Amino acid sequence: MVITDETIEYVGILAKLELSDEAKEQAKKDMSDMLDYVSKLNELDTDNVPAMSHAFPVNNVFREDVVTSGDTREQLLSNAPEQKDGCYKVPKTFD
Amino acid sequence: MSKTYETVIGLEVHVELATKTKIFCGCSTEFGGAPNTHTCPVCTGMPGSLPVLNKGVVEKAVAVGLATNCTITQNCKFDRKNYFYPDNPQNYQISQLYYPICRDGKVEIEVDGKKKFVRIHEIHMEEDAGKLVHDPFTDSSLVDFNRSGVPLIEIVSEPDMRSAEEVIAYLEKLRLIIQYLGASDCKLNEGSMRADVNLSVREVGSSEFGTRTETKNLNSFKAIARAIENERERQIDLIESGEKVVQETRRWDDTKEYSYPMRSKEDAQDYRYFPDPDLVPIVISDAWMEEIRRSQPELRDEKRIRYKEEYDIPDYDIDIITNSKKMADIFEEAIALGAAPKKVSNWLMVETMRLMKEHSVDADDLSFSAKNLAALIALVESKAINGTVAKEVFEKIFTDDIEPEQYVEEHGLKTVNDAGALTKTIEEIVAANPKSVEDYKSGKEKAIGFLVGQTMKAMQGKADPGEVNRILKEILSK
Repeated sequence: MVITDETIEYVGILAKLELSDEAKEQAKKDMSDMLDYVSKLNELDTDNVPAMSHAFPVNNVFREDVVTSGDTREQLLSNAPEQKDGCYKVPKTFD
Repeated sequence: MSKTYETVIGLEVHVELATKTKIFCGCSTEFGGAPNTHTCPVCTGMPGSLPVLNKGVVEKAVAVGLATNCTITQNCKFDRKNYFYPDNPQNYQISQLYYPICRDGKVEIEVDGKKKFVRIHEIHMEEDAGKLVHDPFTDSSLVDFNRSGVPLIEIVSEPDMRSAEEVIAYLEKLRLIIQYLGASDCKLNEGSMRADVNLSVREVGSSEFGTRTETKNLNSFKAIARAIENERERQIDLIESGEKVVQETRRWDDTKEYSYPMRSKEDAQDYRYFPDPDLVPIVISDAWMEEIRRSQPELRDEKRIRYKEEYDIPDYDIDIITNSKKMADIFEEAIALGAAPKKVSNWLMVETMRLMKEHSVDADDLSFSAKNLAALIALVESKAINGTVAKEVFEKIFTDDIEPEQYVEEHGLKTVNDAGALTKTIEEIVAANPKSVEDYKSGKEKAIGFLVGQTMKAMQGKADPGEVNRILKEILSK
């Protein structure tokens, strides 16, 4: 499957990635290979196969509504590049 | 001649479910904690963490669906909605697109005596985002993930409403159903209920819809009404001047009373939904659904009918009392404790409403107990205190939920039942007011009121006015 420049450009915007021309060419090739690989599935006759939404034959995996987490703020915040007043500090963002 | 326009409105209502924990992790949903103290690897989107669905969320969503006449999707699942925003730590929101938990419902609303149905397109479950606060000192944004992962349901209506009044009636209806179910407290001002308004206008008689806009940031019924009126006018002006309405999301500024288009995230609107592979499908059996249906509490419409049959109180009072689950609970509890329905209703309709207004308290936030109201009513019934004192004591119950017996005892407010002492006081008052006595005897019945008043004053309010009246008449007729 051929991936166009427009598609790569658009996917890059959605993924918030700035790609060099070289990287774009590589990405086009990789994505094309992946789609070709997956398109193998189209060769299968799935007429009598029910649609499924999950790979495992499992459903209803639940938690009871009981508080089990405590305050691990310091530990979690230690992963953040920047923090202030117990919050994650990020570039200015408007609603 | 100018054309007449019709407003077409559909609503997207987000409701925070009143579960103890978040939708996919065991963090508390309690409001008001210090920033990020109710977070864990799941709700902060740490790599490798896995969501596990809170059973209570499914049950509450099904309960709301059943109460709004929806069909329950017995095989449903979650999808990922992909977008980048700092309040969304996973870079996707877990929501439902393909198989929402409820579909095709309807609720009946009434405006100016006219009844109509508003259809519900669907209700889906999803997670809330974190909160962003602008920090002026560093000119950056600070993120608090305490709300991240709090369970929400989004109730999407069909475009069936035609006025702000209908919109508010619909929201009130949803609020009452959901509050009675105990599924949420539905407070617009605190954000546990949020409404986005989809609005378009068209010429009356036209069967096609105009281009719609979505207005966000509406935090009160008044703001909703103002925003609807404003958006209607704005769209009509555009059309009349030959311009086009642009499909966009607008943000309402209630202090300035206008809306403006939200900065369009250039690349937005392509959310690339796909089934969330971390979550397995949900199967809601007939038995489970029946169990939820059976445990459904009495809803408002049923309560109104029952109150009318069981208690001899006016329709107007029934409407006011049942307009808040909190007030209806107080009403029923006080009756269960032995108070007469009419008396309880009177205290709620007159003194409670007056104090609510005075203290700017919503019915949902009433904090006094039915027990203390019932005790107060018993004190009045047994003539241990009189009406004036009772009002004074009730103010204390309203603000501090004091125990009336103890309060009355401590402050010496009990009616003096010592007939000897009362008679003695009355005799003194009669002796000191010969003019009034003479007026009364010469046929001016009203003069007795002054003497009763004087007696009550002398007794520091602690007498039963009926008793004072009786003794007075007895003395005056001598």
